[in-house]
Amino acid sequence: MNTFSINQRSELGCTILDLHGELDAHTASELESVLQDLIARENLRIVVNFDQLDYIASAGLGVFMAYIEDVRTEGGDIKLSNMNKKVFNVFDLLGFPALYDIVDDESDAIDKFSNS
Amino acid sequence: MSLHLGTNSTYKKTITASTKNLSDVRNFVAQHATSHGYDKQKIADIRLAVDEAITNIIKHAYNGDENHTIEIEVTFKKDRICIELLDTGTTFNLKSFPEPNIKEKIKQKKRGGMGVYLIHSLMDDVSYGRENDANKMVMCKYRN
Repeated sequence: MNTFSINQRSELGCTILDLHGELDAHTASELESVLQDLIARENLRIVVNFDQLDYIASAGLGVFMAYIEDVRTEGGDIKLSNMNKKVFNVFDLLGFPALYDIVDDESDAIDKFSNS
Repeated sequence: MSLHLGTNSTYKKTITASTKNLSDVRNFVAQHATSHGYDKQKIADIRLAVDEAITNIIKHAYNGDENHTIEIEVTFKKDRICIELLDTGTTFNLKSFPEPNIKEKIKQKKRGGMGVYLIHSLMDDVSYGRENDANKMVMCKYRN
Protein backbone atom coordinates (compact mmCIF):
# COMPACT_ATOMS: atom_id res chain seq x y z
CA MET A 1 0.00 0.00 0.00
CA ASN A 2 2.65 2.39 -1.07
CA THR A 3 0.62 5.35 -2.23
CA PHE A 4 2.09 8.05 -4.37
CA SER A 5 0.52 10.19 -7.06
CA ILE A 6 1.20 13.39 -8.97
CA ASN A 7 -1.34 15.89 -10.25
CA GLN A 8 -0.35 18.45 -12.85
CA ARG A 9 -1.84 21.92 -13.37
CA SER A 10 -0.90 25.22 -15.02
CA GLU A 11 -0.90 28.55 -13.22
CA LEU A 12 0.27 31.81 -14.82
CA GLY A 13 2.74 30.14 -17.15
CA CYS A 14 4.06 27.75 -14.50
CA THR A 15 3.52 24.01 -14.26
CA ILE A 16 2.53 22.97 -10.76
CA LEU A 17 3.13 19.38 -9.67
CA ASP A 18 1.10 18.38 -6.63
CA LEU A 19 2.74 15.42 -4.92
CA HIS A 20 0.62 13.11 -2.78
CA GLY A 21 1.63 10.28 -0.46
CA GLU A 22 5.08 8.80 -0.01
CA LEU A 23 8.08 9.32 -2.27
CA ASP A 24 10.73 6.60 -1.95
CA ALA A 25 12.99 4.43 -4.14
CA HIS A 26 9.91 2.63 -5.44
CA THR A 27 7.82 5.66 -6.38
CA ALA A 28 10.62 8.03 -7.47
CA SER A 29 10.50 6.77 -11.07
CA GLU A 30 6.99 8.18 -11.43
CA LEU A 31 8.19 11.68 -10.56
CA GLU A 32 11.18 11.19 -12.81
CA SER A 33 9.09 10.46 -15.88
CA VAL A 34 6.82 13.45 -15.25
CA LEU A 35 9.86 15.76 -14.98
CA GLN A 36 11.46 14.26 -18.09
CA ASP A 37 8.23 14.85 -19.98
CA LEU A 38 8.01 18.51 -18.86
CA ILE A 39 11.62 19.14 -19.88
CA ALA A 40 11.06 17.49 -23.27
CA ARG A 41 8.07 19.80 -23.84
CA GLU A 42 10.15 22.77 -22.65
CA ASN A 43 7.86 23.51 -19.74
CA LEU A 44 10.69 24.74 -17.55
CA ARG A 45 8.92 26.88 -14.98
CA ILE A 46 8.20 24.10 -12.57
CA VAL A 47 6.77 24.38 -9.06
CA VAL A 48 6.59 21.23 -6.98
CA ASN A 49 3.95 21.53 -4.25
CA PHE A 50 4.67 19.18 -1.32
CA ASP A 51 1.56 20.02 0.68
CA GLN A 52 0.10 16.51 0.43
CA LEU A 53 3.45 14.68 0.54
CA ASP A 54 3.81 12.82 3.83
CA TYR A 55 7.24 11.29 3.39
CA ILE A 56 10.40 11.55 1.30
CA ALA A 57 13.55 9.40 1.14
CA SER A 58 16.85 10.30 -0.54
CA ALA A 59 15.78 8.56 -3.76
CA GLY A 60 13.13 11.28 -4.06
CA LEU A 61 15.69 14.03 -3.53
CA GLY A 62 17.87 12.36 -6.15
CA VAL A 63 15.26 13.02 -8.82
CA PHE A 64 15.47 16.77 -8.23
CA MET A 65 19.27 16.57 -8.30
CA ALA A 66 19.27 14.84 -11.68
CA TYR A 67 17.29 17.51 -13.57
CA ILE A 68 17.87 20.89 -11.91
CA GLU A 69 21.02 21.67 -13.90
CA ASP A 70 19.35 21.00 -17.28
CA VAL A 71 16.32 23.09 -16.37
CA ARG A 72 18.41 26.04 -15.12
CA THR A 73 20.72 25.93 -18.13
CA GLU A 74 17.65 26.43 -20.32
CA GLY A 75 16.53 29.42 -18.24
CA GLY A 76 13.96 27.67 -16.07
CA ASP A 77 13.91 26.42 -12.50
CA ILE A 78 12.37 23.77 -10.27
CA LYS A 79 11.04 25.53 -7.18
CA LEU A 80 9.80 23.60 -4.17
CA SER A 81 6.92 24.72 -1.94
CA ASN A 82 4.57 23.88 0.94
CA MET A 83 6.78 21.28 2.63
CA ASN A 84 5.76 19.97 6.03
CA LYS A 85 8.40 20.03 8.76
CA LYS A 86 9.33 16.36 8.45
CA VAL A 87 9.87 16.55 4.70
CA PHE A 88 11.77 19.85 4.94
CA ASN A 89 14.01 18.29 7.59
CA VAL A 90 15.30 15.71 5.08
CA PHE A 91 16.14 18.41 2.49
CA ASP A 92 17.75 20.44 5.26
CA LEU A 93 19.92 17.57 6.54
CA LEU A 94 21.49 17.33 3.09
CA GLY A 95 21.98 21.07 2.58
CA PHE A 96 19.38 21.55 -0.16
CA PRO A 97 18.09 24.95 1.08
CA ALA A 98 21.34 26.58 -0.12
CA LEU A 99 20.96 25.12 -3.62
CA TYR A 100 17.22 25.03 -4.29
CA ASP A 101 14.53 27.66 -4.06
CA ILE A 102 12.35 26.27 -1.26
CA VAL A 103 9.42 28.59 -0.45
CA ASP A 104 6.57 28.49 2.06
CA ASP A 105 3.77 28.74 -0.44
CA GLU A 106 3.20 27.88 -4.08
CA SER A 107 2.17 31.51 -4.79
CA ASP A 108 5.64 32.72 -3.70
CA ALA A 109 7.22 30.45 -6.31
CA ILE A 110 4.83 31.65 -9.03
CA ASP A 111 5.56 35.29 -8.08
CA LYS A 112 9.29 34.66 -8.36
CA PHE A 113 8.88 33.21 -11.84
CA SER A 114 6.62 36.14 -12.85
CA ASN A 115 9.21 38.65 -11.65
CA SER A 116 12.20 36.96 -13.24
CA MET B 1 -2.84 1.88 22.97
CA SER B 2 -0.76 -0.04 25.50
CA LEU B 3 2.80 0.97 26.24
CA HIS B 4 5.53 -1.61 26.80
CA LEU B 5 7.96 0.57 28.67
CA GLY B 6 11.02 -1.05 30.10
CA THR B 7 10.52 -4.50 28.62
CA ASN B 8 12.73 -6.19 26.07
CA SER B 9 10.63 -7.14 23.07
CA THR B 10 11.64 -8.32 19.62
CA TYR B 11 9.68 -8.28 16.37
CA LYS B 12 10.79 -9.93 13.15
CA LYS B 13 9.89 -9.58 9.51
CA THR B 14 11.36 -11.07 6.34
CA ILE B 15 10.83 -9.42 2.96
CA THR B 16 11.85 -10.10 -0.61
CA ALA B 17 14.43 -7.61 -1.85
CA SER B 18 12.08 -5.32 -3.74
CA THR B 19 11.47 -1.59 -3.33
CA LYS B 20 7.76 -2.52 -3.40
CA ASN B 21 8.21 -3.60 0.22
CA LEU B 22 9.77 -0.38 1.51
CA SER B 23 6.50 1.10 2.76
CA ASP B 24 5.59 -2.14 4.56
CA VAL B 25 8.91 -2.14 6.40
CA ARG B 26 8.60 1.53 7.29
CA ASN B 27 5.13 0.93 8.68
CA PHE B 28 6.20 -2.22 10.53
CA VAL B 29 8.99 -0.39 12.36
CA ALA B 30 6.94 2.78 12.96
CA GLN B 31 3.99 0.83 14.35
CA HIS B 32 6.12 -0.91 16.97
CA ALA B 33 8.00 2.29 17.84
CA THR B 34 4.65 4.02 18.35
CA SER B 35 3.35 1.31 20.65
CA HIS B 36 6.59 1.59 22.64
CA GLY B 37 6.02 5.30 23.19
CA TYR B 38 8.59 6.87 20.84
CA ASP B 39 7.82 10.46 19.88
CA LYS B 40 6.84 11.47 16.37
CA GLN B 41 10.16 13.02 15.35
CA LYS B 42 12.14 9.98 16.49
CA ILE B 43 9.74 7.69 14.63
CA ALA B 44 10.16 9.81 11.48
CA ASP B 45 13.95 9.52 11.83
CA ILE B 46 13.79 5.75 12.35
CA ARG B 47 11.44 5.27 9.36
CA LEU B 48 13.83 7.14 7.08
CA ALA B 49 16.97 5.40 8.36
CA VAL B 50 15.42 1.94 7.86
CA ASP B 51 14.17 2.90 4.39
CA GLU B 52 17.63 4.14 3.34
CA ALA B 53 19.34 1.01 4.68
CA ILE B 54 16.91 -1.39 2.96
CA THR B 55 17.12 0.61 -0.28
CA ASN B 56 20.92 0.30 -0.19
CA ILE B 57 20.71 -3.46 0.33
CA ILE B 58 18.25 -3.87 -2.57
CA LYS B 59 20.21 -1.64 -4.96
CA HIS B 60 23.80 -2.37 -4.01
CA ALA B 61 24.14 -5.60 -2.00
CA TYR B 62 21.64 -7.45 -4.25
CA ASN B 63 22.09 -5.23 -7.32
CA GLY B 64 18.34 -5.06 -7.91
CA ASP B 65 17.87 -8.85 -8.06
CA GLU B 66 14.55 -9.52 -6.30
CA ASN B 67 15.25 -13.25 -5.77
CA HIS B 68 16.72 -12.57 -2.36
CA THR B 69 15.44 -11.80 1.08
CA ILE B 70 16.20 -9.32 3.83
CA GLU B 71 15.57 -10.11 7.49
CA ILE B 72 14.52 -7.30 9.78
CA GLU B 73 14.57 -7.59 13.54
CA VAL B 74 13.41 -4.78 15.79
CA THR B 75 14.38 -4.97 19.45
CA PHE B 76 13.22 -2.60 22.16
CA LYS B 77 15.60 -2.31 25.10
CA LYS B 78 14.91 -0.24 28.16
CA ASP B 79 16.42 2.93 26.76
CA ARG B 80 16.59 2.36 23.00
CA ILE B 81 15.30 0.74 19.84
CA CYS B 82 17.69 -1.36 17.74
CA ILE B 83 17.03 -2.52 14.22
CA GLU B 84 19.06 -5.36 12.79
CA LEU B 85 19.14 -6.02 9.05
CA LEU B 86 20.55 -9.21 7.54
CA ASP B 87 21.31 -9.81 3.87
CA THR B 88 23.44 -12.29 1.94
CA GLY B 89 24.51 -9.93 -0.86
CA THR B 90 27.77 -8.22 -1.67
CA THR B 91 29.57 -6.76 1.33
CA PHE B 92 30.32 -3.04 1.28
CA ASN B 93 32.77 -1.18 3.38
CA LEU B 94 30.58 1.41 5.03
CA LYS B 95 33.19 2.71 7.44
CA SER B 96 33.16 6.17 5.92
CA PHE B 97 30.12 8.35 5.53
CA PRO B 98 31.14 11.88 4.62
CA GLU B 99 28.53 14.60 4.24
CA PRO B 100 27.66 14.44 0.54
CA ASN B 101 28.55 17.49 -1.54
CA ILE B 102 25.17 18.00 -3.21
CA LYS B 103 26.39 20.93 -5.32
CA GLU B 104 29.10 18.77 -6.85
CA LYS B 105 26.71 15.86 -7.39
CA ILE B 106 24.26 18.13 -9.23
CA LYS B 107 27.05 19.35 -11.50
CA GLN B 108 28.10 15.80 -12.28
CA LYS B 109 24.47 14.68 -12.54
CA LYS B 110 25.14 12.04 -9.95
CA ARG B 111 22.73 10.98 -7.31
CA GLY B 112 22.90 8.56 -4.46
CA GLY B 113 25.53 8.41 -1.76
CA MET B 114 23.14 10.22 0.54
CA GLY B 115 21.57 7.23 2.29
CA VAL B 116 24.52 6.19 4.43
CA TYR B 117 25.11 9.77 5.55
CA LEU B 118 21.44 10.09 6.49
CA ILE B 119 21.46 6.82 8.45
CA HIS B 120 24.42 8.01 10.53
CA SER B 121 22.82 11.44 11.03
CA LEU B 122 19.47 10.02 12.12
CA MET B 123 20.55 7.12 14.36
CA ASP B 124 22.74 7.18 17.48
CA ASP B 125 24.76 3.98 16.90
CA VAL B 126 25.35 2.19 13.62
CA SER B 127 27.48 -0.92 13.20
CA TYR B 128 28.26 -3.33 10.40
CA GLY B 129 29.50 -6.87 10.52
CA ARG B 130 29.58 -10.23 8.85
CA GLU B 131 27.88 -13.18 10.52
CA ASN B 132 27.33 -16.72 9.15
CA ASP B 133 27.87 -15.57 5.55
CA ALA B 134 25.44 -12.69 5.97
CA ASN B 135 25.92 -8.93 6.20
CA LYS B 136 24.58 -7.62 9.44
CA MET B 137 23.81 -4.00 10.10
CA VAL B 138 22.56 -2.82 13.47
CA MET B 139 21.31 0.69 14.09
CA CYS B 140 20.04 1.98 17.40
CA LYS B 141 18.34 5.13 18.60
CA TYR B 142 17.89 6.16 22.20
CA ARG B 143 14.45 6.99 23.52
CA ASN B 144 15.70 10.21 25.18
